[in-house]
Amino acid sequence: MPGLIGKKVGMTSIFSADGKMIPCTVIEAGPCVVTQVKTKDVDGYEAVQLGFGERKPKNTPQPLQGHFEKANTSPKEKLAEFKVNGQKYELGQTITVEIFQEGDLVDVVGTSKGKGFQGVVKRHGFGGVGETTHGQHNRARHPGSIGPGSFPGHVLKGLRMAGRMGGSRVTVQNLKIVKIDTEKNLLLVKGAVPGHKNSFVIIEK
Amino acid sequence: MDLIKYVQEKFVTTKKWPDFKAGDTITVTYMIKEGDKTRPQSFKGVVIQRRGSGATETFTIRKMSGEIGVERIFPINAPSISSIEVNKKGKVRRARIFYQRNRTGKAARIKEKRI
Repeated sequence: MPGLIGKKVGMTSIFSADGKMIPCTVIEAGPCVVTQVKTKDVDGYEAVQLGFGERKPKNTPQPLQGHFEKANTSPKEKLAEFKVNGQKYELGQTITVEIFQEGDLVDVVGTSKGKGFQGVVKRHGFGGVGETTHGQHNRARHPGSIGPGSFPGHVLKGLRMAGRMGGSRVTVQNLKIVKIDTEKNLLLVKGAVPGHKNSFVIIEK
Repeated sequence: MDLIKYVQEKFVTTKKWPDFKAGDTITVTYMIKEGDKTRPQSFKGVVIQRRGSGATETFTIRKMSGEIGVERIFPINAPSISSIEVNKKGKVRRARIFYQRNRTGKAARIKEKRI
């Protein structure tokens, strides 16, 4: 089974059968259309490419329009590729939330919220520099020493420093599917999912 | 937001309780599980706040257990709550009366609202 592409709707909470409150993320998942089937003979590996969301033909590049025409579908907003183990898929086939079942564990991939330029304490979880008293002046949240002196004579590559944080691809593993709504193509997943509301997420089985 | 509302209406059964707000004294009866058996237990105290909206609304009640203050937070739609009874309507000026935590004895009294 592959997965689905979806849109994060937001968070809420519902009650489980034994009366416990469960925090849930609502994801509008699918229906997705198979836009390309990759095979071992042609592409060297087996995969299936899915499309999700509508986009106007006039806003679609011509090469992509041709790509969608091959699959006999309208232009899609977002494309993603999924691994296939053994199952057969046809061009233009639609895949809905029905591939999932309540209680399944899924991985959700999203783009985390951008945090801008952040210091080492927030970005890498540094503890800051010791105390704020005893002569300490204005460097409580600074990184401290970034390395030795004349040997090696430079700062080591890859040293964790301040910089842009967030806005990167993040995977959250083993989220439980709490509820499925086939009517409106909704998935309720326990816990939080990376990204802001209305951002695309990929749900992998 | 519409889809969130749809989810809440579909998966959360909302319950009807009498009107109460911060300052009121209420008794909440809820079922607790002990092994396979469930039995009712009640908690009587002053409502400190109501928080959130819709299906995820919660309220906090506080009581003095001897010298020690005890607070409990209940989701309004929690399935375990079997009844809520309003014992006293309190006259307070705030929607969240956290100042009550710093008061003891005579100062902690809340005037009753006359209807």
